[in-house]
Amino acid sequence: MKITGYADKISARPGETIRFMVNCERPRYRADIVRLVCGDLNPEGPGIREHVVPTPANTSYKGRPQTIESGSYVSIPNSPPLQDLKSFTVQAMLWPTTPDRGPQAIVSKWQDQRRSGFALVIRAGRLALQLGDGKGTVEVVRTNKPLLARQWYFVAASYDAETRRVTLYQEPQTDYPTVSDAARVRKKTQLERLGSNQSALLFGALRTGSGQGRLDQKFNGKIDSPRLANRVLDRSEMERLKSGVPAHLQESVVGAWDFSQDISATTVTDMSPNRLHGETVNMPARGMKGYNWSGQSMDWQQAPEQYGAIHFHDDDVYDAGWEVDFSLAVPAELESGLYAARLRSGSEEDYIPFVVKPAKGKEKKLAFLLPTASYMAYANEHMATNAGLIELLSGRLAPLDKNSLFLNEHREYGGSCYDSHSDGSGVCYSSRLRPVLNMRPKHMSALGGDGSSLWQFNADTHITDWLEAQGYDFDVITDEDLHDEGLALLKPYRVILSGTHPEYHSLQMWDAMKAYQNQGGRLMYMGANGWYWRVAFHPDCPGLMEVRRNEGGIRTWAAEPGEYYHSFTGEYGGLWRNQGRAPQVMLGTGFSAQGFDVSAPYHRLPDSFQTRAAFIFEGIGKDEVIGDFGLIGGGAAGLEIDRADERLGTPPHALVLATSQGGHTDIYLVVCEELLVTTPGLGGTENELVRADMVFYETPGGGAVWSSSSIAWAGSLSHNKYDNNVSRITHNVLERFLDPAPFVR
Amino acid sequence: MYTVYKISADDRDVVEEFNAKPIGHHSPALQRVLNVIRGQPVRDKYVLICTKPHQEWTLGQLTGERGEPVRIFKNQVFTSVEDAEREIFRRRWELHTGEQN
Repeated sequence: MKITGYADKISARPGETIRFMVNCERPRYRADIVRLVCGDLNPEGPGIREHVVPTPANTSYKGRPQTIESGSYVSIPNSPPLQDLKSFTVQAMLWPTTPDRGPQAIVSKWQDQRRSGFALVIRAGRLALQLGDGKGTVEVVRTNKPLLARQWYFVAASYDAETRRVTLYQEPQTDYPTVSDAARVRKKTQLERLGSNQSALLFGALRTGSGQGRLDQKFNGKIDSPRLANRVLDRSEMERLKSGVPAHLQESVVGAWDFSQDISATTVTDMSPNRLHGETVNMPARGMKGYNWSGQSMDWQQAPEQYGAIHFHDDDVYDAGWEVDFSLAVPAELESGLYAARLRSGSEEDYIPFVVKPAKGKEKKLAFLLPTASYMAYANEHMATNAGLIELLSGRLAPLDKNSLFLNEHREYGGSCYDSHSDGSGVCYSSRLRPVLNMRPKHMSALGGDGSSLWQFNADTHITDWLEAQGYDFDVITDEDLHDEGLALLKPYRVILSGTHPEYHSLQMWDAMKAYQNQGGRLMYMGANGWYWRVAFHPDCPGLMEVRRNEGGIRTWAAEPGEYYHSFTGEYGGLWRNQGRAPQVMLGTGFSAQGFDVSAPYHRLPDSFQTRAAFIFEGIGKDEVIGDFGLIGGGAAGLEIDRADERLGTPPHALVLATSQGGHTDIYLVVCEELLVTTPGLGGTENELVRADMVFYETPGGGAVWSSSSIAWAGSLSHNKYDNNVSRITHNVLERFLDPAPFVR
Repeated sequence: MYTVYKISADDRDVVEEFNAKPIGHHSPALQRVLNVIRGQPVRDKYVLICTKPHQEWTLGQLTGERGEPVRIFKNQVFTSVEDAEREIFRRRWELHTGEQN
């Protein structure tokens, strides 16, 4: 892809401005604002439907390449105490995860062009100190013992300007008989003096090259309690510094950084009198177990002193930080809906989707809640290229389009909360301030089932397509809006339609939707595996979300024990189910099984013949098979599917209207949180839990919930020019839900 | 996933079933064979490259090295996903059994 881009906002109201940042390797490109209706390329379906919206932003622009500098680090601005060092000691607790890789900087105060300053680094798997005199001479002193991955070490280095002597300390915190990874090295250097520079002090990286330099020697692993002193400390003094700055060392200490402070923030605090505070860049992971974690507390808020580590990754990215290329002041008359800036240069194309919300007080009666938190969790996922499992899960070859091929090669675009970092640790933060190339019309995903192969954003355009085809007036709102505005966002609406896979919810989002339900609101759950994971949005950094994959649930990595609390908010992470709020509490059904090959139809159950459900099945035959067609796996029940379960919170009065039980392949398997004892027979042809249950129930205040309980449902809506029983049921429900008459007074 | 099951001549009966329907409901015997061949780890694993969406595909192979481009074989073009599945099945069958099917 020669053209990619992102926006500063996911949604805006008329009058607000959205800024677009574009990377274009061609001389020029054209941008057009389009209303997105359907993004499915499948010729069996409605086809691509989008309408150009005339705006002043629609014109030709000069292209320029913009790149992403990935890799996280801490930056401490330069200051006299840092710049004036002659002799020094630098120390830290260290948990390297990829010591065998190329050079990695632990602490650097380095100016590369003049070869000036110092850097505590890992070289050839060993601790090393690099010194430069600023006149071109560089000396590197290193230990002769390789560091082990995922083991804590005390590491330190000192340089005595008078004697020119370097001392290195590499002390493992666990002794393994027959393993030799401890080292102490003393060596006299030829260096006449330590070169001074104006560079920032960095933890976790080093800049090389001219000017600002290129972020280089990116460290993978944890750094805890880094310290810097202006003289050579002896070993006992270093030990005293581990836990603070004693009075008698105050004069010697340049900086003593405590990463257990400000865990929710991007600031880093220096406890020394110099107060050399700094900032994290690109969101390294915080709230991470330190070298002194005892296992007695699992919560960083209860024992912050044991959570003084930051985990740095060479592929972390938060804000791509690109220059703005053009802006859109959302016109007052623009209808709420799903839009995109369509970028084209010759055959190159990208879309930057965004939502236009209604002006306050101008809301319609129906809103489509775009599950943008879930898009962020999946943002730029690499499952088809990183994980061999996809072909097994989907029962077919993994299809890769240009976006997936690009993401495979451009790791600087960052991963999703389904990926692991290059060191194997899970990606727990995801940002939308970078091109998110799987949140695009026309994109196909290996998870999207046989047929259209759509997942998440593009699958949700089957819903916007149906709403437009049926002539409904609707607004579009997003998860982030719900998080920020709470119940007030939902209150004007009679009906909220969910997306196909609204999996991720913050506490604010969850509470707002529950309050909406309790006050007469109507929710149509157009998908499955919804309201599953708890997430946290960063309180200060826009467009940034956190997921801790705790305890159980279908997950592609697992949080380390002791790291189950969100660093952004201090809230316990993991499945809502494990916090007493299973999806059944919100939707009547919850995640029960998954498979990604072909889908199945539903069959009516006795509850569907109750008077209370009559409106749903108007025009549907008594024995009619529902949804034995569709663009997603050829059926309406598929990919991820949910079941009713009173034990988990399905209301006792809920009607279980129809089920897909017995129709699924053995690629479909029961979710792991149901497995207390493993037994044979977990597949779709045998296990009763492999099913999508369609459910309806009334809520307090005259409202109601209807749940399709299948991600594939929306893929069947357009079949036979929208004249089919999936479309009819959806229409029947929506019409009644739009009717203000209360269900139960 | 590495499976311990070894595909052998005894499994030959499933070839016809696969060729008739590469994607969808399969007998337990075919599913066991597919678990072996589709469960291959990521190194040299075949993937499907969408060259013209829903019209034309070629085969690709993952290298297993993060960030390395997918090896794409442009010399063989498929106009149906099922044909690509059959070709991969044929190659993998030969790899596992030494036999051509």
